[in-house]
Amino acid sequence: MEMPTKFTVSASPHFHSGNTTGTIMADVLIALVPAGIMSVVLFGQRSLWLILISVVSCMLFEYVTRRLLKRPNSLGDLSAVVTGVLLAFNLPSNVPMWLPVIGAFVAIVVVKQFFGGIGQNFVNPAIVGRITLMVSFPQYMSVSRWPNPLAIMNQADAVTSASPLSQLSDGSIPSLTEMFTKTTDYDPLSMFLGIRPGSLGETCIAALLIGFAYLCFRKVISPVIPLLFMGTTVGITWLFGQNPYYNLMSGGLVLGAVYMATDYTTCPINFKGKIVYAIGCGLITAVIRLWGGMPEGVSIAIVLMNILVPHIERLTTPKPFGYIKEKKEKSA
Amino acid sequence: MSKDKNQSPILLKPACRARGGVHPVHNKFSAEQETVKLPLPERVYIPLRQHIGAPCLPTVSVGDHVYVGTKLGDSDAPVSAPVHSSVSGVVEAITPMAGVGGGIADTVVILVDECQQDDPNLHPITVETADDLVKAARDCGLVGLGGAGFPTHIKLKPNQDQPIDTLIINAAECEPYITSDYRACMEDGELIMQGIQTLLRTLQVKQVIIGIENNKPKAIEKLVAIAHEQQDEQNRIRVMKLPSHYPHGAEKVLVQVATGRRIAMGALPASVGCAVMNISGVAVLQHYINTGMPLTRRRVTVDGWAVKRPQNFWVPVGMLVQDLLAHVSLKSAPHKIIMGGPMMGSAQYTTNIPVVKQTNAVLLFDQENDLSAFSQGPCIRCGKCVAACPMSLMPTLIERFAKTNDIENLRRVGVGVCMECGSCAFNCPAHRPLVQYMRLAKEIERKGRT
Repeated sequence: MEMPTKFTVSASPHFHSGNTTGTIMADVLIALVPAGIMSVVLFGQRSLWLILISVVSCMLFEYVTRRLLKRPNSLGDLSAVVTGVLLAFNLPSNVPMWLPVIGAFVAIVVVKQFFGGIGQNFVNPAIVGRITLMVSFPQYMSVSRWPNPLAIMNQADAVTSASPLSQLSDGSIPSLTEMFTKTTDYDPLSMFLGIRPGSLGETCIAALLIGFAYLCFRKVISPVIPLLFMGTTVGITWLFGQNPYYNLMSGGLVLGAVYMATDYTTCPINFKGKIVYAIGCGLITAVIRLWGGMPEGVSIAIVLMNILVPHIERLTTPKPFGYIKEKKEKSA
Repeated sequence: MSKDKNQSPILLKPACRARGGVHPVHNKFSAEQETVKLPLPERVYIPLRQHIGAPCLPTVSVGDHVYVGTKLGDSDAPVSAPVHSSVSGVVEAITPMAGVGGGIADTVVILVDECQQDDPNLHPITVETADDLVKAARDCGLVGLGGAGFPTHIKLKPNQDQPIDTLIINAAECEPYITSDYRACMEDGELIMQGIQTLLRTLQVKQVIIGIENNKPKAIEKLVAIAHEQQDEQNRIRVMKLPSHYPHGAEKVLVQVATGRRIAMGALPASVGCAVMNISGVAVLQHYINTGMPLTRRRVTVDGWAVKRPQNFWVPVGMLVQDLLAHVSLKSAPHKIIMGGPMMGSAQYTTNIPVVKQTNAVLLFDQENDLSAFSQGPCIRCGKCVAACPMSLMPTLIERFAKTNDIENLRRVGVGVCMECGSCAFNCPAHRPLVQYMRLAKEIERKGRT
């Protein structure tokens, strides 16, 4: 073999794990597949259309904004697809088809690209998209209009009913000890499988947990944030007399904790910071659920904690190996 | 083995877990091949600086005849190590030449003769005290053979404030591909154990811990067997099986895992009562004590996707990489040549550079298998670099501070502790050149300090 005379020079390391932004986002999408399938099973074909519209409009807005801002095309990293899926998962199935397009505009153009694109936005795009829609279009987004999957599956007329979350605060959900004996609108198993009113992707806890396990197995996320987030909310609401099981199963707690709070860009990058952030998210969610005017607090909690992330990171910066304090004392 | 304590009191478990780190594929293809001795090249090029510290001044002049083991250069500076001839022949020139790291150093060019005689002045050394040992380590030109090239005698020097109670022998060899220390264990096990006995006797340490990763079961078995044979009553020589986890061979990480002690920023292992020596270095030192022959040759692993038959060679110090590669059959055209391991080694622009004391491997990669050829994307703040850093740093934040020349923040996060192990960049999904930014950041912080 002839020995060449020119060689490539680069800085070490000359090895790589093989992970790319694209493979990570693809893993997130794979983890969202079970919940996506369940949303179609529970809420019908309409949810598939909503997801598609949301994804396509997110990708389109991403492409067009990057183009107009003369930045390189970033569709290949799949992050716009993830935002699109998550945005759709946060909408109830009976919203008009144009609603996700507005959400996608807010998420991709205003929140993500105006701040510099992937890795630069200071709040989670999908959540801000959802909050904007909730505030701007309460007639479509309000909890009281959310359809019940049972009604859709039975093709009955009564499409809406009281959500378990509102029942939690008015006391019609039984306590932990009584919940398997007392009959309620929503029995524990159907809560787990997602047969209750809610937005597309949030109801089927089983599917979300499968995705959670996959993300942890693939080491895309560390389980710290979801577990602490859910644990804090459930623990505090339990302390104040609400049923912990129903608290975990209802609203967007699992979806938010697993897929939205763990968004790389808007959560702390260090371990201690993640702990503080997750507990903060859980705390705010619990406070809103217990005493707030809104029935649901997950998205507000995540956005509030997103804003605090730079401060959390600064206060929890890990001490480097062998760090010497000012007094010349060795740290433990 | 470790289940039954009576059966093997020699095998130790790690004192604690190391933080961070990554798991690159091991690819130790050359592990079971005997080390091959190479025919000598026509000329050797021996740089007078093959270590961290002051360069040597030549002690020979052009036209002198030198033997194998003749001293070529030395220095009065405290941090330095002498350089010896690896061949016998005539000094043809002393000229500046680019070395592995890209730096220019005065280099002694020797025209190799046919007789290859050892220097007649070489004779076995008697080593009784710690001072004798330090002198022997200096005289044989021993430096850290794992890649850094820090002069060994400085690390062995007795310290009044903090006596050394633990000697750690580094056989971790955590970089992929490299097997030169493994071959040293397998081929020179007895010499190494003799060397450990010498170190134990002179340094008066309480224990000797041989740290080795568990992906080398044969070497562990062999070391345990020899240690068992030569054990004194107090069982002072132990073998520690480390998890195969990069970078366990890094000095600070190894000291922490072996003893639970943390070396402070900018300090040497001696500050926590430890001395760390590379396992091949022990063999070199004992060989010097037995015969008087200093460090003039070393095992070099030649491997990588472009190499047909991965194996170790005995390479005289100063042999050009191109002369070495003339004895290697290739599978494909090399596109990148790395001196050292794939995680920390440096890519070379030419084969016209000499093998030096700390060259443990020459790796050849072809174009298809160049794993670092990705385009870089924006940081997505995934935190994988933070999780991987064995020194608890936040590489992505440091990158930002370096770009904005933020000296105050660079100091606050302690960038100086970075050892450029490459775990951050290995893990980065956006393929950011984090090690380069860390080097830049360290430079900015260093300049800001003065």
